Amino acid sequence: MKYIDDFRSPYLVKKTAEKIRRIMPEKEIKIMEVCGTHTMSFFKFGLSDLLPDNLKFISGPGCPVCVSDTGFIDSALELAKDKNVIIATFGDMLKVPGTISSLQRQRANGASVQVVYSPLDAFKIASKNNKKHVVFLGVGFETTAPGIALSIKQAAKEKMRNLSFFCSLKLMPPAMEHLLKDRRVDISAFLCPGHVSVIIGTEPYEFIARDYAIPCCVAGFEPLDILEGIYLLLKQINEGRHTVSNQYLRAVRKEGNPEARKLINEVFRPADTPWRGLGKIPKSGLKIRDKFSIFDAEKVFSVRPKIINQENTKCKCADVLKGLLSPGECPLLGKACTPEKPLGPCMVSQEGSCNAYYKYR
Amino acid sequence: MCLGIPMKVKKIEHGFAEVESGRLTRRANVQMLPKVKPGDYVIIHAGFAIQILDPKKAKQTLKLLDDPQQFL
Repeated sequence: MKYIDDFRSPYLVKKTAEKIRRIMPEKEIKIMEVCGTHTMSFFKFGLSDLLPDNLKFISGPGCPVCVSDTGFIDSALELAKDKNVIIATFGDMLKVPGTISSLQRQRANGASVQVVYSPLDAFKIASKNNKKHVVFLGVGFETTAPGIALSIKQAAKEKMRNLSFFCSLKLMPPAMEHLLKDRRVDISAFLCPGHVSVIIGTEPYEFIARDYAIPCCVAGFEPLDILEGIYLLLKQINEGRHTVSNQYLRAVRKEGNPEARKLINEVFRPADTPWRGLGKIPKSGLKIRDKFSIFDAEKVFSVRPKIINQENTKCKCADVLKGLLSPGECPLLGKACTPEKPLGPCMVSQEGSCNAYYKYR
Repeated sequence: MCLGIPMKVKKIEHGFAEVESGRLTRRANVQMLPKVKPGDYVIIHAGFAIQILDPKKAKQTLKLLDDPQQFL
């Protein structure tokens, strides 16, 4: 079994695309791929070229960098100004613009900002720099949250005194519901995020399918996964059903990963959280529980991220994140806003819809 | 950022595993997977193994895709 190559078989890709064309209804169908990794795969493998023209794809708010609000970035920049602080972050966060600067620019001006692959790398930085305080920027969805929870528990176990976590962790299902409540948003079905679902399972999407009559399908990230996911959604639409299908059977169980879910619940509590472009969404984020407050950078440094009104800028990322505008319709794309000099978060991240559109279209 | 790579578990020690994919070898935390054992394929995300891949289910998916009767 080759978990990557077998799911990229050109023969099966062609065959599955043909099956999709065979059952495609005449009306226009709009599928939102919620996850940024799906968006990237779509463009990377040129999947839309294989599919019918009346099948439209909308990139959802599933890129954690893109939905990190300006207030969070501004607070991280404030922390980075402290000479005793080392910021440890995933690389994607470096270029995200705050109100007046970015971590990358701050680093060029002398701030200590280190790129890490895993939150566990922050431990090594903290051990090597025991006179400084390391702040890990905890950004991500349910996929990333258990690893950060485990790291916080580990920090408590090792009694680390110079390591804390500044978190902007977000939850997918509340954001999906929030989108459906906006009457301007027009979606026929959701292609649900595969690796978020590895952790949470399929059950958390059931209320969306049931209460909003929207077909959902959890799918993996290889071309065959995405195509089969689309096929299963079209099948639901044709049969007038709205349930949660699971295409990613090899990785996603109904109950998700119970151990990972336990870790999330132990370390975090759900909280109302601001999303760039979407505003504050009830219970859509995770905050560190009081029990672990000595590892919560918000408490350690008394940080209070401000909510910044994104509507003031010319950037159209807010509308792109809701699927109201395609990246190609943004007047800034490729002109004032490029991956080298991004104005909006959707251009910053490699998983951002504007970045993928710019790169592959 | 929710990128996950399938990698094979070579050996496990104190909650960490040596995992490999092609020529790439990494050390990953496997504490979220109490039942993991050497030989399993796992999904690695940001230094953590988040799930064991099920080879039977993977074969079933591929078989279904190749069988027009079952799929329709």
